[in-house]
Amino acid sequence: MKYSYLFFLGLLSLPSHAAELNSRDMEALLVKSLNSVGNNRLDVALDEVDTLLKTYPNFKLAQMLKGDLLMARAKPLNDFGNDPDGPTDKMNDLRDEAKARLQRVQQQTNITSPKFIWQLNPEQKHAIVVDTSKSTLYLYENVNGQARYVENFYISVGKKGSDKNSEGDQKTPLGVYFVNAHLTKNQLTDFYGSDAYPINYPNEWDSRQGRNGHGIWLHGTPSDTYSRPPLASNGCVVLSNNDLSELGKVVQVGSTPVIITNHMDWIDDDDKADHKALLDEIEKWRSDWAGLNTDSYLTHYASDFSTGNTDLNAWSAQKRLVNSGKSWIKLGLSDVSIFPYPSQPNLVVVNFEQDYSSNNLVNRMKKRQYWIKRDNRWQIVYEGAAS
Amino acid sequence: MLLGALLLCFSLNSSAAEIQEANKLYKQGQYSQALSKIDAFLIHQPKDAEARFLKGVILTEQGQTDDAIRIYTALTEDHPELPEPYNNLAVIYASQGQYDKAKVALEKAIRTHPSYSTAHENLGDIYAKMASQAYDKALQLDRSNASSKTKLALVKDLFTPTTKATSSTKAQVTSTSTTALPAAAPAIPTVAVAEAVKPVTLKTEPIASKPVVIQTSESASPNEDILKAVHNWANAWSSRNVNKYLSMYAKDFKTPNNEARSVWEQQRQERIDKPQPITVSISHASVKMIDDNHAIVSFIQSYHSGSLKSTTRKTLEMSKANGAWLIQAERTSS
Repeated sequence: MKYSYLFFLGLLSLPSHAAELNSRDMEALLVKSLNSVGNNRLDVALDEVDTLLKTYPNFKLAQMLKGDLLMARAKPLNDFGNDPDGPTDKMNDLRDEAKARLQRVQQQTNITSPKFIWQLNPEQKHAIVVDTSKSTLYLYENVNGQARYVENFYISVGKKGSDKNSEGDQKTPLGVYFVNAHLTKNQLTDFYGSDAYPINYPNEWDSRQGRNGHGIWLHGTPSDTYSRPPLASNGCVVLSNNDLSELGKVVQVGSTPVIITNHMDWIDDDDKADHKALLDEIEKWRSDWAGLNTDSYLTHYASDFSTGNTDLNAWSAQKRLVNSGKSWIKLGLSDVSIFPYPSQPNLVVVNFEQDYSSNNLVNRMKKRQYWIKRDNRWQIVYEGAAS
Repeated sequence: MLLGALLLCFSLNSSAAEIQEANKLYKQGQYSQALSKIDAFLIHQPKDAEARFLKGVILTEQGQTDDAIRIYTALTEDHPELPEPYNNLAVIYASQGQYDKAKVALEKAIRTHPSYSTAHENLGDIYAKMASQAYDKALQLDRSNASSKTKLALVKDLFTPTTKATSSTKAQVTSTSTTALPAAAPAIPTVAVAEAVKPVTLKTEPIASKPVVIQTSESASPNEDILKAVHNWANAWSSRNVNKYLSMYAKDFKTPNNEARSVWEQQRQERIDKPQPITVSISHASVKMIDDNHAIVSFIQSYHSGSLKSTTRKTLEMSKANGAWLIQAERTSS
């Protein structure tokens, strides 16, 4: 063992309890053995890696570490991955994965509620937040509408990183999405692993920004490997098959939110104040509509409001026309969920069940609105049916 | 791996003339004559370590590894204090790819003689080999051909002209006459002269080369039919042959947005039937059979038309009807 290798690992040395917290987990075992290398306990590290490989022989990163541990006895090591004839790209992929996994374990302290979930509706038992920069998917459960942390998983994202803009750019989109389908093994080839959960990229905001492309899924891993490098897919979020099946137990098609960010952040008091202000504004919008105060009702819409094919002028004209034919409206909102948009400050996605009745129409629908805060005022920039 | 060095710490009276003669024959490459000499000698002195060791060396050279292993193993039992039989056992195990066994044997050799450099060097090689195996798995490489080429050294001489010879250059030259070996690998006589302990390097060729595992996809014929269908589909699209393209879709094809078949066909017609050339090519196709008449195909689709260029991963659900494979569902993913 020589300095530079130890240096590399030394940077990543971990508090010993971090490994114990996730000891049943693959990654924790790997980190533990890397830790043992850092402490110059090559024999212990080799035992640990062998234990790990017994369960997951396809865990390539562990194979690489095993190679290093053996090679260390033959010659001095320079970096992680010392195969003299190994293809550089594959070696770098594994180095990247090693770094990502070690950083994950080091940095996964004090995981609390994410900034991107203000309110879950009672139907949404769980929520998913993906941080592309940390190669991590966070799973949350719904406790009285608030997100409580459950678990996190290593993931791979697009080869070119995140902030997808167009078809074929090999990037993972950033935004607020929902799982809208479930594909099972019988509908997939081995490449996708055991399951796939497509999400609704491009969403309304993406389309408005002119973003295109499609087919963004959460899916599994081919059977010949336990995991893939941090940047590996064409934009999909890829999990190990066992992680995906754990996740699959709680995913609800049509309602589980998948929020993808490139900078995980935690909820704070400002969010709580904003949340409250927004709820007040939503209530004003509802009561203005229900009270047939059409002028006041229309002030809740931003000047750049659009449904995708209707702008504010057309919308206003239509609402005035419709409302003029009403003698009374009853409007109830329920199952409200609110998600601040990760890549766009002061934008939130609001979903609710809208129970509308009037003298000549009864209608119940799932609605989605995008609200934006400008000059300290929340306004609607998009409104439509939630698919 | 190094196959050869001198034993310094095992002193006996000078070897029997028969053994010296056999050794000479062996070094001239006359293996069977050498073997006959040794066997004749062993009839009278079956326990003679030097003779048994030499027999092991010759058998190894002849590729009779099982017999060689038996001889060396018996020697390690009778003479646990000798490092050379362990070393040579390790060389054979290594040539068979049994690196764990080789490692154990070398560790025993070193335990008997901590300064036995051949074993140390060989152990280093073993670790490098084992590392290489792990790297192969990590990087999904198949280097089984290359990896069976070990450079572990087999110890050729158990009893060479004694330690005293170190002082005599003349004696050294004789003892390292292995350099005169036919064929084989680069010999390093000069080093051997300078330093008696230095092992004589000799490349041992793989005795049992590991079989190369080739992953074959299951039952070739339906796969081929399916891939042919997929290629036909891509070709019809590329040649903007709308009728042919649409005919590749099954009657019960699930339209992407649950639109009516006619609506979907209309859309496809508008997209495809344009004057602008379209190039659709597919690569990295893999087929998974669900049953005899159902399969899933996924591949990378490169689409190029005008300024639009895209590469996507596509999955088709295919079903067989009237002998033809048709598309039942089509999905794109990233």
